[in-house]
Amino acid sequence: MSDSIYYFIQQIANGLTIGSTYALIAIGYTMVYGIIGMINFAHGEVYMIGTYISFIVLAGLTMLGFDNVFIMVGLAMLVGIMIASAYGFTIEKVAYKPLRSSKRLIALISAIGMSIFLQNYIRLAQGSRDIAMPSMIQGGFLLGDPDGSHILISYMQVIIIVTTVICMAGLTLFISRSRMGRACRASAQDIGMTNLLGINSNNVIATTFIIGASLAAVAGTLLGMYYGVVNPYVGFIAGLKAFTAAVLGGIGSIPGAMLGGLLLGVSESLTAGYFTAEYKDVVAFSLLILILLFMPQGILGKPEVEKI
Amino acid sequence: MLTLEKVHTHYGPIEALKGVSLNVEKGEIVTLIGANGAGKSTLLMTVCGDPRASSGTITWKGEDITQKETAKIMRSGLAVVPEGRRVFSAVTVEENLSMGGFFNKTNYDERMEHVLELFPRLKERYAQRAGTMSGGEQQMLAIGRALMSNPELLILDEPSLGLAPIIINQIFDIIHTLREEGTTIFLVEQNANQALRLADRGYVLEHGKIVLEDSGDNLLVNEDVRKAYLGG
Repeated sequence: MSDSIYYFIQQIANGLTIGSTYALIAIGYTMVYGIIGMINFAHGEVYMIGTYISFIVLAGLTMLGFDNVFIMVGLAMLVGIMIASAYGFTIEKVAYKPLRSSKRLIALISAIGMSIFLQNYIRLAQGSRDIAMPSMIQGGFLLGDPDGSHILISYMQVIIIVTTVICMAGLTLFISRSRMGRACRASAQDIGMTNLLGINSNNVIATTFIIGASLAAVAGTLLGMYYGVVNPYVGFIAGLKAFTAAVLGGIGSIPGAMLGGLLLGVSESLTAGYFTAEYKDVVAFSLLILILLFMPQGILGKPEVEKI
Repeated sequence: MLTLEKVHTHYGPIEALKGVSLNVEKGEIVTLIGANGAGKSTLLMTVCGDPRASSGTITWKGEDITQKETAKIMRSGLAVVPEGRRVFSAVTVEENLSMGGFFNKTNYDERMEHVLELFPRLKERYAQRAGTMSGGEQQMLAIGRALMSNPELLILDEPSLGLAPIIINQIFDIIHTLREEGTTIFLVEQNANQALRLADRGYVLEHGKIVLEDSGDNLLVNEDVRKAYLGG
């Protein structure tokens, strides 16, 4: 195989890795939007908090002398999920629930306020400088000639993609099979009606926030380990990217968020690989503008129909 | 069983119900007739707590439910088929029905079987997406979904709206069957003629006020009612 094909495949693999994590975070945006019709701008912060928690847990376990990487990562993810869910749940109760019957813009501003609050709270609690962590999982699969053209897919990349696939499969099963998941889907269509059927809409809304926060925490653990660094501002750009992914795929649509995330990740990595890394955000957000101009409902979204 | 006393409901500054008092007794079919905009749907929905009554009291089985949360009211033996049906069009018939029986896990299968017996058409369409069905089928689904909670009182808002006459007859037959089974029914209908013939009692609502109450048969022959709602 020629050099250029190896290079191309490498870029795609890198893109899918980042794209998977965008997809995980994007689920939180899209599910919340689907049910209450608002953008939870504090969602990126939940992801950031998830990353911090996993760092703290990993550091703690290392100090306690653990050496099984998989148990450590698993535990970090689990604790991250629990604490991030608590954050997601609380954010909804504190910042959005009291505003549920008011105009959307007001809830949106509350979300931005919550985002600024969380960012600065972590800045005060953890310091504003980067916290780095040595990479725990090294090595990878090498395809091709180690000295010449080859593709290197690190174990970390494999873990990211596999974990994402497992999470997405789990989510899909939950949404389509479980009672609560079905209630979530029905509520996304008409939450007033589910309420009229005796289904407590507060529980449904809380569930979507918890699911979104959990997946963001998983993404936080994975991306934190992949990049090896975290600071209180990572939530902003990751949140923005995931939001773009959600809009790209069609906000409100769960498969759309998955697709949008992957598409965004791949287009970013292709830009970085063939053009220059500085322009990857330009391409990502240009893609958003183009999609909004020509396909405002996103790739898999349904156009909003006024119900008569 | 259900009693409304001097209930007022506002939409912002607009007063849609101006002190409505009425009652529905166990086993009855009570119908509410009135012109468009008289407040019929508002009245039904106020019973469900959505919108909330701004004053007055609503008593259901002896309990004051005026300020009770909608979801809790709907768990206490009431079920509603709202105006415009509001079926979940993107999910299947089966999922729609399961939402109706969501909070009550006991005898789920029996209730499902019963609803499918009442509406054989829903059985045929069991795995089909609700949005792809005809208006009549969707109306049957909306009624079936409400019945999944095994309600003591079924509230129906314009079940015949926009349906073909033959389907309307089917819907009225079903309402009749439900009453035989002991379900109490509170019905709002445009189709006053058919509704009054079926009903034990009827109320006439005008501009947010009850102006007349009588048995269904008497209302059918009432001069004013004939002129205003039954086409002379």
